Amino acid sequence: MIRTFSYIDVMYLVAAARWTLALTATAFAGSAVLGLVLAIARISPVGPLRWLTAAYIHVVQGTPLLVWLFLIFFGLPLLGVSVNPWLAAALAFSIYGSAFLGEIWRGALASIARTQWEAGASLGLSVYEQLRHVIVPQSIRIAIPPTVGFLVQLIKNTSLAATIGLVELTREGQLTAAGTYRPFAVYITVAIIYFAMCFPLTQWSRSLERKLDVAR
Amino acid sequence: MKYGLQFRDIFAAWDSILDGVLVTLTLSVWTMLGGLAVGVTCAAAKVYGAGWLKRVVTIYVEVIRNTPLLVQLFLIFFGLPSFGIRLDGMTAALIALVINLGAYTTEIVRAGFEAVPKAQMEAGHSLGLSGLQVFRYIVVFPALKAMFPALASQFVLLMLATSVVSQISVEDLFHAASIVQSRTFRDFEVYTVIGVLYLALAFAFRGLFAGIYYWAFVRR
Repeated sequence: MIRTFSYIDVMYLVAAARWTLALTATAFAGSAVLGLVLAIARISPVGPLRWLTAAYIHVVQGTPLLVWLFLIFFGLPLLGVSVNPWLAAALAFSIYGSAFLGEIWRGALASIARTQWEAGASLGLSVYEQLRHVIVPQSIRIAIPPTVGFLVQLIKNTSLAATIGLVELTREGQLTAAGTYRPFAVYITVAIIYFAMCFPLTQWSRSLERKLDVAR
Repeated sequence: MKYGLQFRDIFAAWDSILDGVLVTLTLSVWTMLGGLAVGVTCAAAKVYGAGWLKRVVTIYVEVIRNTPLLVQLFLIFFGLPSFGIRLDGMTAALIALVINLGAYTTEIVRAGFEAVPKAQMEAGHSLGLSGLQVFRYIVVFPALKAMFPALASQFVLLMLATSVVSQISVEDLFHAASIVQSRTFRDFEVYTVIGVLYLALAFAFRGLFAGIYYWAFVRR
């Protein structure tokens, strides 16, 4: 049935954006946990741990997100693990995001001078305490702007979840476009909603970058 | 249920997969060239252009960088026919990818040129070099060197991102996966093989760019 693209459709699209945000939040949480482990493993003194995590990051950063989504959503059920679109998307985005967040945070941790670790050690702090009280507080300042920038990438990437049928903003757009036969108006609206979510974050990331840079 | 991994059927469809690799390569290389051209033009407009031109470029860059590639692709492929502009999948994909990459490239190229210290240009001017000579002998080389690593990683990300064009049924590598999948129903194996192929392409491009970097900037 063809209906017109009206105010109510716009409201439906705006409402669908909350699933984009929910997926982004889930994916960010997963990426953050995995990414933190990766970042710390990447600077650990244990060689094999460093090589293994480096390999993981290279592999994930060298494959498209779509492959991960499809591998998990269509591939895992064949191996006897049933996944719904939400779980598949959350898993795929966490794997993908952790590789990028892990690298961002590794860079932030590595940017702290070696002497800071040594100073901590000479005060009698354990390695964990050095990390917790000396290194992390300093590197957080460096890590925040690119982390907010990564959040923008994540919001945009969640649009790919539409390909496995998860009804977020882009999928809702596809459905509305099919129902109203007004693809241009629909996708422009979708783009505007994405822009409204991403642009403030981009600006925030920039202002943080400037602020934290001046304070140094 | 026990499931035995079986790759034989996937490799039997190597011709479809190879076709996909070629389309992905073609699309990537043309997009890199087009995106670079757009990026250099827009960066020049942003640095040397009139006020209104700078604003137009800024709007272009911000709009593209804050919306998903998939939506841009849909807008061009499904949206433009409303205005009577009907593009085939490959053309629509190429346009969308070039517009997308151009926005990222603009920022990288601009940052590269701004990385050259002003004092060096002033030094050039004070030696009596013309504007063009300062650009040619002082600015270009260090600027290219500064922007190259960021450009290279953006290009690799772009190559991986071309996989979304499968959603408007361009027959790229990712699309080949769904063809083989529908023939064999071995999803897990198909997407593993396709993933490995993308990984190989990414390594090949990284190697190529590292080689160019060494040849152009390190060797001399």
